[in-house]
Parts: sequence; C-alpha cells; structure tokens
Amino acid sequence: MYDGWKIILGLIVFVIIVTLPFTMSIGRDYVKPQPSIDTPEIQKMEKKQCIESKQYMREAHIKLLYSWKDYASREGKRVYIASDGKEYTISLQNNCLKCHSNKEKFCDECHNYVNVKPYCWDCHIEPKVGGLK
Amino acid sequence: MITRRDFLKISAFASLIGLGGSLSIEALEKKQGPQVLKDLKALKGKRWAMAIDTRKFKTQEDFDKVIKACHKAHNVPEIMNPLHEVKWIWTEDYEHSFPGTAEHYISKEVKERKFLLLCNHCDNAPCIRVCPVKATFKREDGITMQDMHRCIGCKFCMAGCPYGARNYNFLPPRDYIKELNPEYPTRMLGVVEKCTFCNERIDRGLLPYCVEASEGKIIFGDLYEPNSEIRKVLAENIIIRRKVELGTQPMVFYII
Repeated sequence: MYDGWKIILGLIVFVIIVTLPFTMSIGRDYVKPQPSIDTPEIQKMEKKQCIESKQYMREAHIKLLYSWKDYASREGKRVYIASDGKEYTISLQNNCLKCHSNKEKFCDECHNYVNVKPYCWDCHIEPKVGGLK
Repeated sequence: MITRRDFLKISAFASLIGLGGSLSIEALEKKQGPQVLKDLKALKGKRWAMAIDTRKFKTQEDFDKVIKACHKAHNVPEIMNPLHEVKWIWTEDYEHSFPGTAEHYISKEVKERKFLLLCNHCDNAPCIRVCPVKATFKREDGITMQDMHRCIGCKFCMAGCPYGARNYNFLPPRDYIKELNPEYPTRMLGVVEKCTFCNERIDRGLLPYCVEASEGKIIFGDLYEPNSEIRKVLAENIIIRRKVELGTQPMVFYII
C-alpha cells in the first residue's frame, strides 16, 4: 500500500469527526425535557386535557397553529370545534396562553432542547410570569 | 336489440339515481374530526364600508378619543419621528386629504376642518396587486387584510398605496408601546402594518374600535346591502372620497 500511513491517518480523522456527536456527549447528563403544565388555569381543570390529544398536540401543534392563523386571518373563521365536540376560540394569545401561561417552563422547555427558535414571540405577547390578569 | 328511445330512458334514470345517491350520501354522512367555523355572532357583510361625518368632529379631543382607542387596542407604537412613525388612523387637513379634488372655493369652514384618515380598504386595492408574497389580500367581506407571518417587509405596498395608509416598522415596535394590550399581538421589526377594519372584532360581532369610540360620528356597514344605515347616510348627504380619480374604489366616505 503506497502512502499507507496517510490513508490510515485520514480514516482515523474521519472516524473521529463522524463519531464526534456521540463522543462529545460522553459524561454529560441526559436531561429529558419536561414541559410543565402546572399553571393555575390547568390546576382548576377537572380533566387535564388540551384541545386535542396529548400525542397530537405534541406532534402537530405547530401545524395546528399555522392552520389557525390562515383560518382566522384569511377566512374569518375563529371557532375551532375539537374532535370531542368542544368549542374553542382560535387565538394563540386569547386561548392557548390562557392555560399555558408558563412559557418558560412549557414552550421553551422542549424548544430549547431540540434547538428550535419559533418566532411566535416576536409579535405574540407572552404571558407575564405569574400569569396574566 | 335495445331501441334508441329505451336507451335514453335507461340512461336518464341511471343518471338520476347517481345524482340522488351522491346527494343522500353527503346528507347522511356525519362530519367527523375537528372543524373550523365562523362565529355565529359574526357580523355579516359583503362589502364593509365606513362613512365619517366630518361635520361632527369638532375638537381635537374628538379625534384623539378615536385614534387612542384604536392605537391602544392594537398595540400601535408611538414614535414621534415622522420618518419612522407608525399609524393606523390619523388626521390631516383638507388640502392634503383630497389633493386634486379639493375644491378651492369651498366654504372656509370646510377648508379648515381636519379629516380622519385610515386605510380605505379599496375595492381595487393596489397594495394587494403589488404584494409579491400575497401577504396582503382581500377578505370575502371586502376587508384588505395583511398576514403578518408572510410579510417580508419589501415595502412595495407602501409604494403602491396612494393614501399613505401603510407604515414600515423601522424601529422595534415594542420599545415604543407604553402599555401592551395582551389580547392583541404587536408587530415585529421589518414588517409593514395598517388598519385592519378591526376584522377580529367583526368576526366576533362587534363594531370597529374607532366606530365605537366615535359615538355615532362614524357609520359602519355593508355597502352592498341597500337597506343598511350606511347606504341611507350616503344617499342623504354630500360625500367625497379620497383620490377617486385613481380608480382604487376607496371604501371610506367623508360626509361634508
């Protein structure tokens, strides 16, 4: 093998770089994100249930919110009837955030973990810590 | 052998059954899953329009009350520098409100009046035509609405609007809002904004803030409804509109 050491060195460097994401996390604690639903509004609820199932909200809340934006602003449809037949107002600030008034411990918990930076809060007003009046 | 007559009969019956079948299936089918509907209380109109009775606006206080009601509720920033200011509803004098059509020999009293200006929600709105991302669009009820999520801040609409109804957020708007209204969003740096005819209130069955705050000085209604109050007011008074010669069909009327 001509220049064998160069090839082997190259392979070693390649393997190190490829495994970097795994090797870098050695010794670090895995912190599972735990979004909190401990807000006064949710505590008041008998059955702690969001507008749709937990799994659906977890997977598709951004799709739901985006469709809400189009329904409300483009078609003037501002009433959402959930799968279980309950009615909700289509509004992030006046519906979602009334219950989820703990943005830091609810939204940010997962968003920070997966390093996504949704731009909701550039315009939508996040509830003050301690809840909106 | 089937006759021509029988063939036509059979095919006619068959198509009838087909039509009836699909209709009955649709009627019987239960809608499942989530639905999105309009609020039952929502005001219904085909073409919302506004008539501003300029005779009744006398003092600065009359104007301020209306402007403040709107700007406070919609989190409109208060920026003093006219280069960066943002406004949804504001005042202007006669000459500058109606350039070109302003009658020079009209009574002195009218000439000295101030006029309340806002987005005209034109039937043929140039801002909609020029928007490259369809952020500005026409709602079915005639309101010229803007999707802030889509706006890329190109300012074409500002160049297109002959009424100066649009403002760009040159400065971070939240720094210039004294008291945030938690019920309504703000805007972000780098988008264009304007009056929305309070469509969020219309959809809930309420009149726009300015109409409410004016206490009868502004009339709001459906222009396409012949028996509406606004049609009555428009028929009974002398009205002018801003820059009609441009063909934008403004939906804000001024009673002189």
